[in-house]
Amino acid sequence: MRETKRAVLTLEDGTTFEGKSFGYEGSTAGEVVFNTAMTGYPESLTDPSYEGQILVTTYPILGNYGVPPRRQKDEVSEYYESDCIHCKAIVAQDYTYDHSHWQADRSLADWLKEEKIVGIYGVDTRALTKHLREHGSMLGKIVVDGAGDVGFYDPNKENLVAKVSCKEVEHHGQGDKTVVLVDCGVKHNIIRCLTRRGVKVVRVPWDYDFTVIPYDGLFISNGPGNPDMAEKTVENIRKAIEIGKPICGICMGNQLLSKAAGATTYKLKYGHRSHNQPVRRVGSDQCFVTSQNHGFAVDSSTLSADWEPLFVNMNDGTNEGIRHKSKPFFSAQFHPEASSGPKDTEFLFDEFISLL
Amino acid sequence: MSQTNRFDFHKVLLLGSGALKIGEAGEFDYSGSQALKALKEEGIETILINPNIATVQTSDGFADKIYFLPVTPYFVEKVIEKERPDGILLAFGGQTALNCGVALSESGVLDRYDVKVLGTPVRAIMDTEDRELFVKKLDEIGVKTIKSEAVNSTADAIKAADELGYPVIVRAAYALGGLGSGFCDNEEELIALCEKALSFSPQVLVEKSLKGWKEVEYEVVRDRFDNCITVCNMENFDPLGIHTGESIVVAPSQTLSNEDYHYLRQLAIKIIRHVGIVGECNVQYAFDPQSMDYRVIEVNARLSRSSALASKATGYPLAFVAAKLGLGYGLFDLRNSVTKETSAFFEPALDYIVCKIPRWDLGKFHGVKREIGSSMKSVGEVMAIGRTFEEVIQKGLRMIGQGMHGFVENKFMSVADIDKALSAPTDKRIFVISQAMQRGYSVDRIHELTKIDKWFLHKLHNIVETAKEMEQYDDVEKLPEQLIRQAKSQGFSDFQIARSVFGDWMNDHSEEGSDRVRSYRKSLGVTPVVKQIDTLAAEYPAMTNYLYLTYNGSENDVKYLHDHRSIIVLGSGAYRIGSSVEFDWCSVNALMTVNKEGWRSVMINYNPETVSTDYDMCDRLYFDELTYERVMDIIELEQPHGTILSVGGQIPNNLATRLDKSNVNILGTSAKSIDNAEDRNKFSAMLDRLNIDQPRWSELTSFEDINKFIEKVGFPVLVRPSYVLSGAAMNVCSNNDELERFLRLAANVSKQHPVVVSEFIQGAKEIEMDAVAQNGEIVAYAISEHIEFAGVHSGDATIQFPPQKLYVETMRRLKKVSSQIAKALNISGPFNIQFLAKNNDIKVIECNLRASRSFPFVSKVLKINFIDLATKVMLGIPVERPAKNAFDLDYVGIKASQFSFSRLQGADPVLGVDMSSTGEVGCIGTDTNDALLKSMLSVGLRIPSKGVLLSTGAAKQKTDLLEAAHKLNAAGFKLYATGGTHKFLNENGIPAICVHWPSEPDKQPQALELLHNKEVDLVVNIPKNLSSAELTNGYKIRRAAIDLNIPLLTNARLASAFINAFTSVPLDEVEIKPWQAY
Repeated sequence: MRETKRAVLTLEDGTTFEGKSFGYEGSTAGEVVFNTAMTGYPESLTDPSYEGQILVTTYPILGNYGVPPRRQKDEVSEYYESDCIHCKAIVAQDYTYDHSHWQADRSLADWLKEEKIVGIYGVDTRALTKHLREHGSMLGKIVVDGAGDVGFYDPNKENLVAKVSCKEVEHHGQGDKTVVLVDCGVKHNIIRCLTRRGVKVVRVPWDYDFTVIPYDGLFISNGPGNPDMAEKTVENIRKAIEIGKPICGICMGNQLLSKAAGATTYKLKYGHRSHNQPVRRVGSDQCFVTSQNHGFAVDSSTLSADWEPLFVNMNDGTNEGIRHKSKPFFSAQFHPEASSGPKDTEFLFDEFISLL
Repeated sequence: MSQTNRFDFHKVLLLGSGALKIGEAGEFDYSGSQALKALKEEGIETILINPNIATVQTSDGFADKIYFLPVTPYFVEKVIEKERPDGILLAFGGQTALNCGVALSESGVLDRYDVKVLGTPVRAIMDTEDRELFVKKLDEIGVKTIKSEAVNSTADAIKAADELGYPVIVRAAYALGGLGSGFCDNEEELIALCEKALSFSPQVLVEKSLKGWKEVEYEVVRDRFDNCITVCNMENFDPLGIHTGESIVVAPSQTLSNEDYHYLRQLAIKIIRHVGIVGECNVQYAFDPQSMDYRVIEVNARLSRSSALASKATGYPLAFVAAKLGLGYGLFDLRNSVTKETSAFFEPALDYIVCKIPRWDLGKFHGVKREIGSSMKSVGEVMAIGRTFEEVIQKGLRMIGQGMHGFVENKFMSVADIDKALSAPTDKRIFVISQAMQRGYSVDRIHELTKIDKWFLHKLHNIVETAKEMEQYDDVEKLPEQLIRQAKSQGFSDFQIARSVFGDWMNDHSEEGSDRVRSYRKSLGVTPVVKQIDTLAAEYPAMTNYLYLTYNGSENDVKYLHDHRSIIVLGSGAYRIGSSVEFDWCSVNALMTVNKEGWRSVMINYNPETVSTDYDMCDRLYFDELTYERVMDIIELEQPHGTILSVGGQIPNNLATRLDKSNVNILGTSAKSIDNAEDRNKFSAMLDRLNIDQPRWSELTSFEDINKFIEKVGFPVLVRPSYVLSGAAMNVCSNNDELERFLRLAANVSKQHPVVVSEFIQGAKEIEMDAVAQNGEIVAYAISEHIEFAGVHSGDATIQFPPQKLYVETMRRLKKVSSQIAKALNISGPFNIQFLAKNNDIKVIECNLRASRSFPFVSKVLKINFIDLATKVMLGIPVERPAKNAFDLDYVGIKASQFSFSRLQGADPVLGVDMSSTGEVGCIGTDTNDALLKSMLSVGLRIPSKGVLLSTGAAKQKTDLLEAAHKLNAAGFKLYATGGTHKFLNENGIPAICVHWPSEPDKQPQALELLHNKEVDLVVNIPKNLSSAELTNGYKIRRAAIDLNIPLLTNARLASAFINAFTSVPLDEVEIKPWQAY
């Protein structure tokens, strides 16, 4: 039998799950969330929106295709969604020690060890997921045998956006039009999707007053945690609304734009984290399968009169996007840039670009 | 559901797929049943055409009107003319329905009667069916397909290869048997090969080589509002080159990265939009394991085997949804039928893995090639569900039911050349991999030889390693708990664990060893947990009753009431020759009665092609193994009132004794009685006690004893070896030569391997008694007769019910003997007895204390549901004898067998004592001729219009066929006959043209040429005896008829009956009448 260290996941309500360590043999804590996607662990692990979270994968077999190399292309990561792993840990039912894929240059285990991230398997992730579904997302910690105990840690009390946002203004791509991208923890594929469409991207920190620079369009990125923490961004967005240039937002961007439009947000019981969320464009027969990763949602009923829902979740009726009734402002709660997940809504980038 | 998007249909015709055959099996019963449910829910009147009487869809309550008629343009038009439906569904009956629908559309029939095709338009179907149109269509959107370039010179070949990219395959055009073909990795090799190929062929085809590419499929759904989802993707364990129906398949894909997965998904959606599918289709890809290069292999614009598998794998009811979309709904109008609250517009998230494994029965055929490849040979499949690959592959290998216990710890299988057996796959390759690993082959080496992705091979290797580790221990109780847990999480059965420890001791102590593992692991708390399939990976609460067991989990998803108010029904397992959709019908009907009578119904089955594994057919469905171990696991969890073993065929029946020993409450006939009927010696002794006649038989262990026995009973004899080396398990031997040949070549006679020899009665009628008894008293019965004389397996025979040619005296005796047996065995439930009758003497051949293959047939013809009655009996509910009996029927039902010889390259299409049919139909008519004609046309025979080739075997058969030959002659058919037959016909005044056997190649005209030139469109070839020359000559003719798609009959009685039918009843006088009108 393979020599593995025992690891115990303890939830804040005292429930424990025992597993085996395959990653970094330390201890860690965070908010425990589950994702029902069947592929895309390199993308998820590096997605800044997972900052501070322990990721539970419901798909039982993890690590099948290893990890693609760390490479930069056009000043962003070629295969990852940021420069490092943001999850605190990853939890699965089964781990594949012998991966197989032409693009892989190392195993998931090696990568986790490299970045000192805990990984455990042998956990009944379905039972764990049901527990989270019934009791809501909760804090948890993982202690690997031999490593010291740690306390619980609540990432939502922190300004995670500030933590993962870029610290200085960066430039990506070339083009006649300039898009200001507010980095609340941007996934690199958003940058790739914009630059691929021939625009110049000015990536600014979350609290940067971008209204001082000339731009043709504003893009507000995804990001981790509670949107109430990013009040500074909301203030800047309010100014941008006054300026009137096209605005688009994704995920956290949708929540911040909504807040700027007067709406409030609330925490979902256990969030949407999957590749199969159905959304419908309000007032149409058009439906899309979307990739999602968020724990907070916009309360559509609190939108001011100038705004209306653009997309709605077909499962639970929650808000999936908003738009201004007359001006070129819209946003999506889901991820049109996918990565990971289905790419069916990438056309939203085209819609945005066409407004510039 | 919003009604606004629905089109206005009132009466819809659904085409079924007919008899089960290789490549078109039970999955279409499932999809058709789902479609009928979807239409019924809308209040639409449904008409079904399907001659497959054993299906669930042709049962009461599924369609409003059912026609047991051939699914051919002629008959479908007749039904349209009569019923005037306003819509037709073509996508739910496999290729048979699709082809028929396209023909009706092209001939203008659908327009003439104003019948609209629901769902995918015929134009789109044709774009996917016609290879050339298909390539063109996908070219329009820049999607790559597999193309070959025809070139006439080496220079052009080089150009073509440069465009395609190396490696390429070069094939010489117009050359048979792959002459001049080969792979080229570079230009040099290409030049060499092309020069050679062009020397004997004017043209070569250059094609990109996709050897070793992955094969991946997506199931895609689109509504008329252009909304698309992919319900599931699947990856083949076996790389390209092996038909997907012959491949081990997993879902979801395992070796694709997120980028790969969504790249192919997006392409699939692009394709389905461009083709214009409304409903469901599947897209098959070849995918380069070293890049993101791909080719589309094909698109099926209909429900398919894969879509049935995808439905079961995900819980997403594809056929049901496809039918609704055909009615005009959008996906957004429909709900997820598992969660009931979320939308049907979504893509299932799996939190488990499924593995499909094909079931082959190649051993049943003489002469068939064991290699598997681009054409399908398997007759059924299983699906295993679990949470590691190791778990599902081992479960699956047990489920296919070929005596294997999983990937390891099986009986030794001798493989002469492992390298070859790895690189040239046969139906046994997975077990060759196991052996190779045990002999030290590395994963890399096996990958080189098989091209199977290393991901799978590493997982298989994990299993081998665990087994090796357990082999270090010399007693079960010494195994560490962690090791047992690991083994269990890798799908090891109790037997495998015991065998790893005890080795060959287990050959004689299988129960004892397994029981020790069971009690030891239970003492450690190592037990499986029950998980739900809920389509959303636990994201939303689901009340789903669709369950499986796994050792990869710590918590059950369902609560157990332990109120003893449930009844477990054991299903039939994988479809195989001898057990298929008829037992699914029995299982489903038992479930329905259990529910009706106020009990909770629980199903255990693992066959994805069935209706019984639809989660809306019962209160709880365990999609899991039918082994003693797993059934006991479930019984211990479920604590049912009782378990029904007698409706799922032989697999559940075989568990009787062992379950009984474990104090399981077996409903109906007791395990002891089942054993008394199954055990040849006990049963025979009982018949002797009751003074019931049986063919003489003896179990013998030496040639000497065999000869002595034959001296007593005389030739021919039926020989049944207990250990088979190759070929069929049973044979009739007419003389010493044959006997010796059979026993030396095919079987092994020894003390360990005795042979059962029985007297074989020639010219006897074979009769079936299907019945239900309660406490030893027969409640209902149906006697049916075979058209063929005894010697044709009852599963291959053509059966007539009610019997038209039995003496009243015989009937009386049959009833009396059956009553005696029912009483002696104290039968409570379904049973079947097979008899031989000659003159008025009857002999019992065998007795099964379970439902038989013919239960659905007799139930539907008689319109008395035998399974409903039997289930009531087993539930202890008093039943009354039905007032009606077979003598009241003023119509006839005929059940005919479907053969799949055309799929089984090389197999001799001759019928014998071992079963070889893959399916059956049952048609009802005013008389024998009417019913026979319908049923024979339903299994693919056609009425000849040109000539008939007769070679009618021995003198007796020649005489049997004389009247038929007269009729053919009178009807103006041109007759051809081989030597002896020609002489015989001439002597009897029937003109015929003499043709020559293949063994006389210099004489003209040649029989084979006649077939090749399509000058005959019916071949009657009756094998005379088993002499080798006769066999070869006859074989060549029979095989040519199959390969050239010319109807073939090999039984004199059946041939006479068929010829009599079509010469007596003109086609347009065949009655077009729904079942309900009889």
